[in-house]
Amino acid sequence: MSQFEQAAAQDFQLPHLDVLESEAVHIFREVAGEFERPVILFSGGKDSIVMLHLALKAFAPAPPPFALLHVDTGHNFPEVLEYRDRVAAQHNLRLHVASVQDFIDRGELKERADGTRNPLQTVPLLRAIEEARYDAVFGGGRRDEEKARAKERIFSLRDEFGGWDPRRQRPELWQLYNGKHAVGEHVRVFPLSNFTELDVWQYIAREKIVLPEIYYAHRREVFLRSGMWLAPGEWGGAKQGERVETRTVRYRTVGDMSCTGAVDSDADTIEKVIAEIAATRLTERGATRADDKMSEAAMEDRKREGYF
Amino acid sequence: MTVNPPAPTTEPAALTEVSLLRFATAGSVDDGKSTLVGRLLHDSKSVLADQLEAVERASASRGQETPDLALLTDGLRAEREQGITIDVAYRYFATPRRRFILADTPGHVQYTRNMVTGASTAELAVILVDARHGVVEQTRRHAAVAALLRVPHVVLAVNKMDLVDYAEDVFATIAAEFTKYAKALGVPAVTTIPISALEGDNVVTPSAVMDWYAGPTVLEHLETVQIDHDPRGRVTRFPVQYVIRPQTAEHRDYRGYAGKIASGIFHVGQPVTVLPSGRTSSIAAIDVLGESVDAAWAPQSVTIRLADDIDISRGDMIAPSEQAPDATQDIQATVCHLHDTALTPGARVLLKHTTRTVKAIVKQIPDRLTLDDLSHHPAPGSLEVNDIGRVVLRTSEPLPMDAYGDCRRTGSFLLIDPADGATLAAGMAGTAFAGADSEKRAELDDAEWDF
Repeated sequence: MSQFEQAAAQDFQLPHLDVLESEAVHIFREVAGEFERPVILFSGGKDSIVMLHLALKAFAPAPPPFALLHVDTGHNFPEVLEYRDRVAAQHNLRLHVASVQDFIDRGELKERADGTRNPLQTVPLLRAIEEARYDAVFGGGRRDEEKARAKERIFSLRDEFGGWDPRRQRPELWQLYNGKHAVGEHVRVFPLSNFTELDVWQYIAREKIVLPEIYYAHRREVFLRSGMWLAPGEWGGAKQGERVETRTVRYRTVGDMSCTGAVDSDADTIEKVIAEIAATRLTERGATRADDKMSEAAMEDRKREGYF
Repeated sequence: MTVNPPAPTTEPAALTEVSLLRFATAGSVDDGKSTLVGRLLHDSKSVLADQLEAVERASASRGQETPDLALLTDGLRAEREQGITIDVAYRYFATPRRRFILADTPGHVQYTRNMVTGASTAELAVILVDARHGVVEQTRRHAAVAALLRVPHVVLAVNKMDLVDYAEDVFATIAAEFTKYAKALGVPAVTTIPISALEGDNVVTPSAVMDWYAGPTVLEHLETVQIDHDPRGRVTRFPVQYVIRPQTAEHRDYRGYAGKIASGIFHVGQPVTVLPSGRTSSIAAIDVLGESVDAAWAPQSVTIRLADDIDISRGDMIAPSEQAPDATQDIQATVCHLHDTALTPGARVLLKHTTRTVKAIVKQIPDRLTLDDLSHHPAPGSLEVNDIGRVVLRTSEPLPMDAYGDCRRTGSFLLIDPADGATLAAGMAGTAFAGADSEKRAELDDAEWDF
């Protein structure tokens, strides 16, 4: 049976991953067609890895017409930084790194009392956007991650301060994305908006995408703080009363080491990860991100300031 | 150091080979829409423990005794503070049979534009009514928006059946009235379901008390409703998004037209015409993201190569020569006005149609439509936010625009304010309602409907 006959037999239904992939590729191409200086935010986390994979497919056999930008908190996992550099080199992409540490060293940012650097990323991010005059900035944010993100547009206009005003968003209809913006403004673009965490993992499995190994179960030294398993590193470690132990863990999200927790897991293969995600009773952010627990509107407040 | 994930020993087929259904919900303030959405998410086990805890914590801090499921869906600070829903939100849930993307549209604030937004991509709309009140103005408005946006399937969920003693005749009367109205508007498929979102009857689990109802629950219907994706017999359209020219040693002569098939099927060897130039060629190759195929169909994103080297750029459209659309600079359409700045005759705007944005002038606004009773108001002078009306536009360049009834993607457009880039209006070319011809109207009892 030809591929066409097979499709006809199923009334031309496409599996949901094909529909999501097709939609994300369409978004990349729209931005390439309408903007002058787009950039992909790339952290080495699974969502940005999937995003880059989609961008590579969208323009094949040509390279994607985008550079990469990483905001390095200075507290990132070494495995992830190594991955970032290797992937950028492999695909011959330009990588810009905006460093939180540099801002702290110059006195333009102050270390927070809780040691968390995730909220400090906004200033270097906005500075990098301003200096390089990026007019479209791709982010791997998904609407299923968080309730403020459920309200986010796929093309999200940011003012000259990088701010997001949820009450002044442009309605977004059909697949007609409006990227018009004034000089100084930019648009954040979210090609993975309609992917869920499970979709992302299923897509990684289908496309056989390589991830940093910390996403799979491994033995690691961790200690318990505020109900989360944190890994010691250059950022710091266990304080008095906190006991370091070696456990079998993996990460569901990858961010700043000081606020990204590991989960106990034996899932050392992609199919075990998918089975675990399908059965979990906790959201990925609820399980492992301290920055979202700060208040009921933590994400919304940071996004208003220019965060992703 | 990185590791390759080992190849799966068994394909997670049960989880990957499912279809995707996009649907929208509509209901007014007290119809229980939040409860329905909350129950769909909750009973399909899509609400995770930490989300529920957050809702319980927030409800308790407000002094509420039971968790307020509306807090699951009201994501913004202002929404929680005021207890209102400001904007469309997208929710995701899944069953083993299907994945769902739910456009959760608020019922009372800026209501038309929000429902239009949610309905624009929906394949199904769930409209809620209160069994005690039956079909009211608001219900008619919801049905009219669904019909206007050509949502293929409409579900009427008659809620609060517990408050009318689960009476079959109450449901039957409402269902009959609504079905007649929706059919007259041209809604192709209507399903009516008696539910109690509060008690959980017929939402996810069948009702134990309404044994007279033999149909599906809301979730079962969502899982099994047949959405027609068959591209055969539809118009075939490919708006060119981007030209891919690698210019590397390996691909020196590669010139591919990237885009998302808007409608229909393309196959290798097909004679095609490029619009607006009218040049003809044939399809030499089709790539679905790296994989060469003989045929591809909507909504796949593909790259098409042609047999001849002709000048094509973003904004052009490729169509089979045998059914190429006409390009026109004069467009008649129904628009939903979305912005606080009114739309007036003489206004100079930008019009975004598929991948092309051109200048346009609003030549006339012949009338405004009142969705409550579908009455027309001739020469309204302007369209204000949330108004729906007919417009006549003149564009600076010819556009291959189809009737919205023939193709939602090539029949729709945006009007954009050239001064600040704001999205002003959403437009649909051609006749507003599929069923709004005089014969079908005559069948309707209500003489007030005047179109």
